[in-house]
Amino acid sequence: MSFPGLLNYWVALILLVCGLIIVMDSRNLVKKLVGLGIFQSAVFLVFITLGKKSDGSAPILDASVSVYSNPLPHVLILTAIVVGVATTAVGLALVARIRRAYGTIDEDEIDDRPEVEPEIVP
Amino acid sequence: MINVVADVGLLCLLLTVALAIVCTRSPLSLVLLSGIYSIALCTLFVILDAVDVAFTEAAVGAGISAILFFAVIRPEDEPVTAFSWPSSRAILLGLGVGVLLLAGTLDMPMYGDHLAPAHQHLALRFLGQSFEEIGIPNVVTSVLASYRGYDTLGEVVVIFTAGVAVLILQPDNKKGPAKPGDRDRFAPELMGNPVLKTVLLRMIPLVVLFGLYVQFHGDYGPGGGFQAGVILGAGVITYGLLSSATRLKRIISDKWVTLGMALGVLVYGLVGVAGLFLGANFLDYSVLGPTQTAGQHLGILLIELGVGLTVSCTMVSLYYCFKQGES
Repeated sequence: MSFPGLLNYWVALILLVCGLIIVMDSRNLVKKLVGLGIFQSAVFLVFITLGKKSDGSAPILDASVSVYSNPLPHVLILTAIVVGVATTAVGLALVARIRRAYGTIDEDEIDDRPEVEPEIVP
Repeated sequence: MINVVADVGLLCLLLTVALAIVCTRSPLSLVLLSGIYSIALCTLFVILDAVDVAFTEAAVGAGISAILFFAVIRPEDEPVTAFSWPSSRAILLGLGVGVLLLAGTLDMPMYGDHLAPAHQHLALRFLGQSFEEIGIPNVVTSVLASYRGYDTLGEVVVIFTAGVAVLILQPDNKKGPAKPGDRDRFAPELMGNPVLKTVLLRMIPLVVLFGLYVQFHGDYGPGGGFQAGVILGAGVITYGLLSSATRLKRIISDKWVTLGMALGVLVYGLVGVAGLFLGANFLDYSVLGPTQTAGQHLGILLIELGVGLTVSCTMVSLYYCFKQGES
């Protein structure tokens, strides 16, 4: 049982670094949000891998099954995914608002441009 | 064996798509790629035995979040060059973080290790005793709705808060009834298409029915309020996408949607308070019925209803907000 060993964690690690690079490097606000999503999903992958037992089954009790994977990480990540989409939506709403105020969603252009439609956020 | 092969294959797919996302600049491609990424991730979750999580990821990642992104991106954002490497500074910093994390993974338990610390103590207790104490076969639902009821209440409040935040952020369009010729970028030419018309008339009722099944069958199989809420929301939003948001608002007005968001949280909280009045702790459902398991059944059914209501209404409300911001 040496393979895949730690492979899942290493892939999650690369995904996390990819997400980080996108968030740091990209000047497009929509792309930054996609990057945050990838960063987040790497964490999900680590948790779910931790819960896996070899030859295990999904944690739904049944008389014919004896080995179940760990349900605890599943609970944590299930709610995290839905909360993740809710927070992404807040981010997207901010992006839409920035577009209304500046006419662009590119950070470089935002730095150059004056506000086209000054608004007071209630 | 087949599991390991599928695991490695899906990990490769995830890596490929993630690298493609790093180098892509076009928002449209980004959204499509992240949809593929979600599908691959959700298949991987099935292989790792996390069926409930896979369910959620499929509904959220490939369904709702793509719709939300599509509402925000515009054709004029498409860059001249669709491909670019990240700057070397970012890569260097990323590599530094990667090396640190790699050092951290070296003492992690191996894939599928039965003796890993995570599988001891609490997990064993939940797997061994939850059927006696709660009386439902899906352990994920038992833990989510009953043992960790506080935590789930918090998550629902977070989703509600996010929905409210988006409502506050939406631009203040002039109030008044929507004009008949409201701007709908895609709808008119779509309706001539027989495939989309069939989806509109025949598929959406099935999606809604499936959502309800997932809601009420969550005790026995994969599913529950979170998944059902997202599926129901996606079904309703699909109707809006195919006809128009204005027509959808005539069926489900935005006032009702906002009310539903709050009502779900209220139902959840009231179930907790009902336990207090019957002499038990907050969110202890055992006293709600004649026997412990009957009470747990009732409590879980009610709070899952609250979760489903809040999640589905929040999803529809998000769609309305983005649609309004667009016009």
